Amino acid sequence: MTGRLLRRLLLGIVTIAGVYTLTFVMVISVPGNPLQQSERNMPPEVEQALKARYRMDNNWIYFGQFLKGAVRLDFGPAFTYADWTCNQILMHSLPVSLVIGLLAILIAVGVGVPAGVLGAVYRNSWLDGAVLGVVLLGISLPTFVTGSVLLTVFAVYLRLLPVGGWGTLAHLPLPCVTLALPYAAYIARLTRMSMLDVLGSDFIRTAVAKGLPRRVVIGRHAMKVAFLPVVSFLGPATAQAMTGSFVVEKVFGVPGLGQHFVNAALNRDAGLILSTVLVFSSLLVVFNLVVDLLYAWLDPRMVDAL
Amino acid sequence: MSAHRRAIAGAVFLMSLTGVGMLALPVAMDWHNVQDLESAVRHPPSWTPVMAPGRFLSPRDQSSHKELVWRLAHRPVSWFGHDDLGRSLFYRLVLGFLISLAIGIGSAALAVGIGTSWGAVAAYAGGRTDLILMRIVDVLYGLPYTLVAILLEIALSGPLTVLMGEDSKAAQIVILFLAIGGVSWPTMARVVRGQVLSLRHQPFVEAARALGAGPLHILRRHLLPNLVGTIVVYASLVVPQAILQESFLSFLGIGIQQPLPSLGRLAADGVHAVNTFVSFWWLLVFPCGMLGLTLLALNFIGDGLRDALDPKSSAGLLS
Repeated sequence: MTGRLLRRLLLGIVTIAGVYTLTFVMVISVPGNPLQQSERNMPPEVEQALKARYRMDNNWIYFGQFLKGAVRLDFGPAFTYADWTCNQILMHSLPVSLVIGLLAILIAVGVGVPAGVLGAVYRNSWLDGAVLGVVLLGISLPTFVTGSVLLTVFAVYLRLLPVGGWGTLAHLPLPCVTLALPYAAYIARLTRMSMLDVLGSDFIRTAVAKGLPRRVVIGRHAMKVAFLPVVSFLGPATAQAMTGSFVVEKVFGVPGLGQHFVNAALNRDAGLILSTVLVFSSLLVVFNLVVDLLYAWLDPRMVDAL
Repeated sequence: MSAHRRAIAGAVFLMSLTGVGMLALPVAMDWHNVQDLESAVRHPPSWTPVMAPGRFLSPRDQSSHKELVWRLAHRPVSWFGHDDLGRSLFYRLVLGFLISLAIGIGSAALAVGIGTSWGAVAAYAGGRTDLILMRIVDVLYGLPYTLVAILLEIALSGPLTVLMGEDSKAAQIVILFLAIGGVSWPTMARVVRGQVLSLRHQPFVEAARALGAGPLHILRRHLLPNLVGTIVVYASLVVPQAILQESFLSFLGIGIQQPLPSLGRLAADGVHAVNTFVSFWWLLVFPCGMLGLTLLALNFIGDGLRDALDPKSSAGLLS
């Protein structure tokens, strides 16, 4: 078990190395970057000095330098934010996104799993229809629309919550719910589907035949198996939610990490792109490991498959 | 309502909208950018046209036949109101719907093309090739989706505008579906690889090999026909995702560029037009309703197809 986990971890590190290399190649092959704007009309000496300041005089030296720093968790200067290093940007924005993302995933699981179970157990009833309605709302409207509608209703008309910003507990519900909605919808879909599969299997029939109450059959026997696909979805989903969403941050004025993914890419800010990508892929590897552990705990047969 | 019925309803809805859209396309192409800054700025929906009639009468419309077409086409001009430049939201929605659908289908086609060949080659070749190809897919999964889409779009827009002309409207659409399709294929590759792996040792494949068939022939004639169901199901789920992704890029301001509309572009503009002092509700409600219904119909079709074509899942996601 430990050996297998170690192998997984090693594979994860190889993947991160691949992600880093590929991102680097993309960054240097996409035209334009903050240091070479022709309209500025810089003297060549100044351009050279600028490049040296940002360690960009040679792409492959930069590749090594950045990697050397990143291993020691020092991501160097951000190209388009004067006086900010990537570390400072991450320190300010990552905790915000971690909090929102974690809460959003908790909401999504808390809403999506019961909804999916109810939909499967009371198949084709009005309850199933109601679940379907919420699911469809979640998957067929973009986040910027649901977020703006929630904002208008709860902050502008009902005046229950602040319009935007960050700092108090009252700022949390709207962004978290907005971010949770698509995940909740997907989890409800997934749970319902796998629950329907499980409810048709032999061991459930046995449990019912033994005379176990319905609540126990569904809650203890069926849930454990039906939850497996949700667990494997949660790995990448959590990593994604915890690195922030540009739309949610824009709509609610939250200082999270998602905006930096987008702005770094739009500005071709090599340092910031590479650091955000490294943060994302490390989180992804970590959560996939957690998923593997959860799998082994939920389904002992899977230990061998790890 | 069963998944089967919902899928049919979705297909009928989409096909009738596409039909109407194609009929109105020439008019929409002419009118989607006609501005009326005097009488129609942010005019709310109304049954009767509010734009100055002379505005659309160009000299070539003077013949009696063109006159009739013009009278018919002018009727719905104000049904969905007008935007901040006095442009008809009706015709912008017609054109936006078709553009969004084109981007969705184009992306799905690209994702299917790359994903299927990637997964099939990996599974069929096996060994080291498989290992390397699937490692690359893992790495692509480790990249943030939005970042790659943005970088791809930036990288593609240079060469494609050179290739297709500076102000070519088609170039924008092609760039978008290349960028979105270019990030959507890894899932397809994984699914196809899994299917081919389970098929390649089936007796009919071994028989073909024993008869001397080459790997390409086996892939094309024996394996691909067995994959069609899976491919169609996944492709039908990529289409709504791609449309949603385009709306996200439009929200960032790097999707379809003015004056061309897409459903996502219009919805994003509508979000910006809503404020607390004066409510321009039609600019939000109609594009979002249209986008929501389109995605709903596409998801219904996808689930219906899964029920019909994927023998392994006894119950569709939404059945």
